[in-house]
Amino acid sequence: MDYVETKYFTFGNPPDELTLKSGVKLGPITLAYETYGTLNADQSNAILIFHALTGDAHAAGYHPDAKSPGWWDAMIGPGRAFDTNKYFMICANVIGSCKGSTGPSSTDPKTNKPYGLSFPVVTIEDMTVAQKYLIDHLGIKKLFACAGGSMGGLMALKWAVLFPEAAQSVILIATNYRHTAQQIALHEVARQAIMSDPDWQGGDYYGKSLPARGMAVSRMIGHITYMSEKSMDAKFGRKLIAKEKLGYDFSHDFEVENYLKYRGDSFVQRFDANSYLYLSKALDYFDLAEDGDITAVLKNVKAKVLIITFTSDWLYPSYQSKQMVKAFKANDVEVSFVELDTDYGHDSFLVEIESQSKLVRHFLDNVGKDGN
Amino acid sequence: MENAIRPDHKMILEIVEHGSRVLDLGCGDGELLSLLKTKKSCRVTGIEISEEAIFKCLERGVTVSQGDIDSGLTDYSDKRFDYVVLNESLQEVLNPERVILEACRVGKKVIVGIPNFCNISARLQVFFKGRVPVTKWLPYKWYNTPNIRFLSLKDFRYFCQDKGIEILKERALNQDKEIFVRTNLFAFVGIFLLKKD
Repeated sequence: MDYVETKYFTFGNPPDELTLKSGVKLGPITLAYETYGTLNADQSNAILIFHALTGDAHAAGYHPDAKSPGWWDAMIGPGRAFDTNKYFMICANVIGSCKGSTGPSSTDPKTNKPYGLSFPVVTIEDMTVAQKYLIDHLGIKKLFACAGGSMGGLMALKWAVLFPEAAQSVILIATNYRHTAQQIALHEVARQAIMSDPDWQGGDYYGKSLPARGMAVSRMIGHITYMSEKSMDAKFGRKLIAKEKLGYDFSHDFEVENYLKYRGDSFVQRFDANSYLYLSKALDYFDLAEDGDITAVLKNVKAKVLIITFTSDWLYPSYQSKQMVKAFKANDVEVSFVELDTDYGHDSFLVEIESQSKLVRHFLDNVGKDGN
Repeated sequence: MENAIRPDHKMILEIVEHGSRVLDLGCGDGELLSLLKTKKSCRVTGIEISEEAIFKCLERGVTVSQGDIDSGLTDYSDKRFDYVVLNESLQEVLNPERVILEACRVGKKVIVGIPNFCNISARLQVFFKGRVPVTKWLPYKWYNTPNIRFLSLKDFRYFCQDKGIEILKERALNQDKEIFVRTNLFAFVGIFLLKKD
């Protein structure tokens, strides 16, 4: 088996820094990215995948010595929905993250110390624009498709609006065109959990003890929002952990408690607390319709669109995507919409592979086939 | 290899002009839309409720949205389509009146295909057997039929008259052949071309 490797692309060296939406300049910027498959001679088979909040560039295949493959490996590979025998797949880590791209845990070249909270606030637009630099660098003028779920979906949508000439098709999964009050509220609880941990120290914890309790709690909240009541009940029910009966104390009784603790604790090891603050804020700032109504914003979109939602996803419920569908239709954009019947909640986009694969494969098969 | 085109689809293909914009309500697996797209270069889209059928639509390259046509066509502005098709779906909706009026609102013309519940074979079964009819075109029993609206071609004509809908054309099929006389008695399927300004 061939291993995949993470590559790095750096741009925005002073004085050519990237001007962010906030007006602040950021540079140099490094993006970690991976590619799978082969770019064809006329550079027309490239598909850009955008990852979700805590995701990374490692979407498919195995790194040497790794036990598990990339986060969307079931969807990307030879003969899979995103067929690497046909398509050149690209996935890059977003700016603000901690998975190889420039973010708050990166070293600020001006101070030679981690940015911490001096890292500028980035938006979904900034993250998307940064990836356009990578696509230009790879010599690709027009993507065959761009696709993403959750935060990745917001970026794919933003790409279609910002660069209407640079994508033939767009796949939006379990996503929305603006973050709603409930979505913002849930993120705010997660942020407060981190910031109220004494070890957070105003974001200046690098090289010291990590805000582990806050991170764990924020991840617990996250995990609850990614599942559905039904999937949690199926997975844990009221099962007790190694106990015959209730303990009548505040140690853990239930399996679900243990699961959340495990998820929370392991998150501290794999993600940076400040990155979580920055990226969740970027999501909350996202409102594609801020300059007017959503129909007007989508008027320049030229790509063919596929929108997928999941019945049990209460974090990004289907009605939000249906509003997008309506706005696309009003603009004569060719849009297909499916609400898949699943029990896995928001996480469905990562685990409901069979139905998604059918949809994505058939959709891609017909991109560019007719003038429709 | 191309499968033979269904006779009702053939009639609809004859009605729709080249390059028209067509919306199919309850488009099923997209067979008709796919024909309209390839044979008539139409710009097509469908609405369908079944997930499995939608997979097939996408496989055929037919643009489709999952939705329930009973809940209206609020996604579309007035007269957006040259044709709105309601073929073999009207008898399954809860509120046919609203669905047809919505179709007339978003379509310049509307094509409705309905099974004739009062063709002679059904009438004879009711009369002689005293049972709810089961025919080749209506193969279901009373307890498992998806059809919840039972009407004849004549009923439909009266409906259009009541609602101020103009019938521009009416064609009828018995088995696979077009028939021209006593259609309400002999037709299994009627295809209507409607218009309402």
